[in-house]
Order: sequence, then C-alpha cells, then structure tokens
Amino acid sequence: MLEFERCSLEQGSFRLEADMKIAAPGRVAVIGPSGGGKSTLLASVGGFLAPVAGRVIWDGRDLGPVPPGERPVTTLFQDQNLFPHLTVFQNVGLGLAPDLRLTNAARGAVEAALGRVGLQGYGARRPSELSGGQVSRVALARALVRARPVICMDEPFSALGPALKDEMLDLVAELLGEALVLMVSHDPEDALRFAPHCVVVAEGRAEGPFGTGALLSDPPESLKAYFGRRGWGTGAS
Amino acid sequence: MTGARALPWAAACAVALMVLGPLVVVMLTAEGSGALSARDWAAVRFTMTQAVLSALFSVALAVPVARALARRRFAGRRVLIMLLGAPFVLPVIVAVLGLLAVFGNAGLLNGLLAFLGLPQVSVYGLHGVVLAHVFFNLPLAVRLILQGWAEVPAERFRLAASLGMGPGPVFRHLEWPMLRAILPGALVIVFLICLTSFAVALTLGGGPRATTVELAIYQAFRFEFDLARAARLAVVQTGLTVAGAALALAVARPSGLGPGLDRAVRRWDGDRPAARLADGVWIAAAALFLLTPMAMIAAGGAAGLLALEGPVFSAAARSLGVALAAVVLAFLMAVPLAFGAVRYRALEGVGFLPVAASSLVLGAGLFLIVFPIADPGRVALPVTAAVNALMALPFVLRILLPALQGVEADYRRLATSLGMEGTAWLRLVVLPRLRAPVGFAAGLTAALAMGDLGVIALFADPGGATLPLQVFRLMGAYQMEAAQGAAFLLLILSLGLFWAFDRGGRGHA
Repeated sequence: MLEFERCSLEQGSFRLEADMKIAAPGRVAVIGPSGGGKSTLLASVGGFLAPVAGRVIWDGRDLGPVPPGERPVTTLFQDQNLFPHLTVFQNVGLGLAPDLRLTNAARGAVEAALGRVGLQGYGARRPSELSGGQVSRVALARALVRARPVICMDEPFSALGPALKDEMLDLVAELLGEALVLMVSHDPEDALRFAPHCVVVAEGRAEGPFGTGALLSDPPESLKAYFGRRGWGTGAS
Repeated sequence: MTGARALPWAAACAVALMVLGPLVVVMLTAEGSGALSARDWAAVRFTMTQAVLSALFSVALAVPVARALARRRFAGRRVLIMLLGAPFVLPVIVAVLGLLAVFGNAGLLNGLLAFLGLPQVSVYGLHGVVLAHVFFNLPLAVRLILQGWAEVPAERFRLAASLGMGPGPVFRHLEWPMLRAILPGALVIVFLICLTSFAVALTLGGGPRATTVELAIYQAFRFEFDLARAARLAVVQTGLTVAGAALALAVARPSGLGPGLDRAVRRWDGDRPAARLADGVWIAAAALFLLTPMAMIAAGGAAGLLALEGPVFSAAARSLGVALAAVVLAFLMAVPLAFGAVRYRALEGVGFLPVAASSLVLGAGLFLIVFPIADPGRVALPVTAAVNALMALPFVLRILLPALQGVEADYRRLATSLGMEGTAWLRLVVLPRLRAPVGFAAGLTAALAMGDLGVIALFADPGGATLPLQVFRLMGAYQMEAAQGAAFLLLILSLGLFWAFDRGGRGHA
C-alpha cells in the first residue's frame, strides 16, 4: 500500500496536494494535462522531492528519511536511464551493487534478467550500439534485478514508436506483475491498454485511484478540456 | 567528509595567495618610486598601439576566411580547421623562428624581393610584432567567428534562398547581425592576449620604439637591475590587464572551444563563380600564411636536429619536468575548485584571478619575494612551473567545469536513484565521463608550460635554461641552424605532450 498522507509538494511557485491510498501490487496510470504535476508526484515517491507537509508512506513506513537509493522504489526516467560509458551488463549490474562489485550470484542474476528482457548476449555492448527499444529493455532488466516493490515510470517509452511502445508496456505488465507500477502518461490510449486504474493530476491536486475505463468514458470537469471532444473508452480496452 | 568539503576553499586560498601575494609585493615596492618616466610611457603607448593593431588586423582578416570556411566543403577542410587550433599549443619562440625564416633578413620574402631587384624589408619593430600576433590570433579569431556562422540555423539560409536573396541581402539580414554580436568579443579577446605579449616583443621588438610593458619589466630586471622601475611597470601592466579583462567581461564572450565547427552549412548565395573564387583565394592565402612558417621550421629543423648538442638536451629535460609539474599543480588547484564551483559559483571567480596578472608581473613579484632570501636562479624551475600552472588554470577550469556540470545534470539523478554515492559515483561516473576533457586540459597545460618563454627569462641563470630559453639564446648568438634544430625539438615535444595527454583522455573506445 502506497499512501500519500495530506501531502503538499512544492516546486518553485507550483504546488500540488495529494491525499490518497494506492493498493499494491497493481498498475496505475498517472494522467493529466502537461505541467499538471505528474512528474512532481513521482519525484516525491522516488525521493527526489521532499514534501513540505504530510508524508509519503509505504506499507506503514514513512519514506521521508529514506534516501532515494534505499527506497523500495525503482525509477525509470524519461531519458538518461543508462550510463553511456558502461556496458549493458554493468548498467544492469548497478541495480545490484552501486559500486559494481558483483558476486558470482549477482552476475548470474544480471545474465538471467538480460535473458528475460530478450537481450541474451548483449552484455558486452554499450548503449550507443543499441536501438531505442533495446535501451528501454536494459533499463527494464535493471528494474528486474533491483526487485523493488514500487516502479515509477516517467514516460520512459515516449521516444519509441507506437508499436514498440505497446510491446514495452506489455513486457512491463508481464515481468513486473508483482510490483506496484506507477506510469506517467499523456496518452489515454496507453492508460487504457496498460493500467486498470489511474490517478488524475490536475489543477494542483492528485486524486484517485479511479477505474481507467470508467474515468475516460465520463471524465470529470478538470480533464474535459485536456481530453477535448474525443470519446475515450467507448470501444477499446 | 568535512576534509573533502574544505578542499575547494583551501585551493581557492592557495590560488588567491599565489596571485595576490606577488601583486601586493609589487605594489609595496613601487610605492614612492616616482612617476612614470618618458620611457615608461613609451612602453605603455607601444603596448596599446600594437594590441589595437593586432586585434584589428586579426579580426578583419578572419571575417572573410571564416566566411569562406563556413560555406565551402573541400578535401582537407577538417584538417585545416584542426590546424587552426594548433597555434594555441605552439611555442611562441618556434613560431617566431618560422616567421623569421619567411619574413626575416635571410628569409623567403627577402630572397624573392632580391630576385626581383626590389628593396629589402625588415621584420623587426612594430610591424613585425603585429605580424607575429596576427599569426597567433588570426586562427583564434577565425574559430570564434566560424562558431558564430555555425550557430546561424541552416534553415535560415534555406529561407533566404527560397526568397531569392543574393549575397547582399543575405549579408544584411543573416550575416551582419551575427557578426555584430561576435566581433566585439573577438576583438577584445585578441586585444587582451596581445596586451601581455612578452616573447614576441622580446624577439621581434625591442629598442625604445618597440618595447611592451612586459618587455620593459624584463629589461628593468635583467639589464638595469632597477627593481623599483620593474615594480612600477608591473603595477602599470596589472592596471592594463585588469582594464582589458573588465572590458572582455563586459562584452559578450564567445568561447571558441564549442562544438559544431566541422559543419559546413549548405549555402545558396555563395554559388556564383566570383564568390567561389574569392573564397578559394582567402582560404589558400590563410593556409599559406599559417603553414609556410611551420613548414620552414620542419624543413630547417630536421637537419639541425642531428647537430644538437648537450645543453639543448638538458634544457629539454628541464622543460619536460616543468611541463609535467605544471600539469600536476594546475590540476591540484583546478579539480577542487571545479568540484566546489558546482555548488558555489564564487569559487569559479577565484579560478579566473590569474587573468588579472600577467606572467611577467607574477614573475616580478615572486622575484622580489625570493631575491632577499635566495638566489633566484635556484628556484627558476619551480617558479616557472607554478606560474604556468596559474596561467593555465582559467583554461583548465573553462574545460573541466562545464563537463562536470554536465555530468551532474545528466547523471546525478539516475545515480542517486541507484544509491551510487561517494567513491562509486566518482569512480564509475565522474572519472570515465571526464576523461576526455581532463586529457585535453592536461595536454593544453603541458604544451603551454613546455613552450613558455616568460617568467623563466627573469629567473634562469646561464646553466639553468629551459628549451625555449635555450632557443632564444642560440638565436641571440646568431647560431640560427642550431636554433632551428632546438626549435624543431621543442615543437615536437610540445605537440607530442599535447597529443599524448589528449589521446590518453579519449582512450581507445
């Protein structure tokens, strides 16, 4: 259970309020207009932004004093998820040992994770030799070896084409079924495909979770302008 | 942890002490030494005149050359642009010898004039000093202006072509606004560099009508041993440098180290035959002017290399030691300052203090400090290494700091999310990402220190010359062949050091 307890988040003059509970495991889309504070909400979970009031709580434990690397959270950023000067193997290995001193068991776990994302034999390559989809898979493999119960994804696949993005979302759903996956998306299609539930971040408030299909077919006032006149959730799902 | 945090401040104090200490000593010595003499004023006038002329000629000639390079693609273009960076690491004394081989009394030009039955020209005096300064600063100005051209978006030239603009309108609407933004900065940078000219004035100037303030400081020490006059001149020089640096800060400053110089923008206005011809002539003339002196050194020096004698080799060994020591010292100051400056901007400012003090002024101050307690000749090499490290510090910081800030901006968040802190962060992220800039900065420092002919001239006794000073002494003894051989050795060592460090930084990946 991830809990935002009367949380106030501030970035410059921007302010976001959140007071909600999200059950784990599960897949939750974080939707809302751009500039609404979706990334801000995720940053508070990842440990990059401390709330000015209230608490972020995981399974009864206040995350406030926990540094980012020790939180029960893996963050997949929009870009710069890999170190370009390290090999694929090393990039994944960082998930098990931040100083890269890997035990034999850890090395085996890295190989296994690379296998699960479909990148056997890619360990010695560098990120520059990979396609965009493969880069995402390496980041995913690292999330696998870290095995943290919460995954924060800040539009990590936004640079991929539609087919590749769908493929990655399916892979995340398949591989990270044990975790609570929070995924920022500005595309309601993604939310429908990937997440049974969603959190709405708009007008300085984060609210939810709601059933994704129901919300998109009958959006609240705050989201109507964002969605426009298009009817989401009427056919697909 | 507190020790690591104090390091940047300790480095800042050391830099401030090493720059401001000699300045204070110079000022105390100059106090009450009387007003400037007519000779002092002549030195000030000459310094200003040659700096203004050098800046004007360098930048005026650089505009058509940069324009030609910006809109032409030809075999060897990349190599030529790379060579434009070479004068930066070229020892002044080597370039002067090369220029003498072309423009000197027995040089190519006078040979040609004699063949044509025309009167001879002399390269010594104001025009010689300006010529050498243009040789050094034309490439820098071309790089600065070329960068301005590269930053004009290619789409704008396409738009201009689609609107049917010829060369005139393209110049008025696209090029002139860019030049107006770039040229003042380029002029001021070249002016500032020429304000502190010593080695060029030492070799091509001299006499009451062609002495810079820096050269006058040297003469006051070496020939007159008038310490009060030297100190007075050092104060004047500091005033000039600080005013020049303030001017440079006030004008927008282009860096000249930025990327994108090897990009030739497709242009439609330059397709006419007249424009192609003009561009070709400018590029050829610039290449001829810059490459002929180097070719002459290589040609004359290769033969002289075999005839080199013992003192040259021991001077070379001393120079190598000075260069490596300068690299170590510069990094001992620059690394803590750069790490500190990521958080506290003020530390960056401390690193740029040496810009306010010229090499000879620092040397003068240190001489005044050392002279009462020890024989200056005995500390010549450490002082030369330290002063060169200080002079290189602003460059090293300009290279390291943006790279470090980039690593922080790009990877700190990811590293933090993975729990990479302290040594893991340094070892796995910072060092590998900074290898290339570190290598480049170290190469630059080594080459500058290797070729320095400044403060060493104040301190060295006859037995303790560095290689540049040895070349100068051979020139003074009219042993031109030996001088050329030693200069060629100096050239190889300077470029070799730069290449080795830069190459080491890039690794084999």
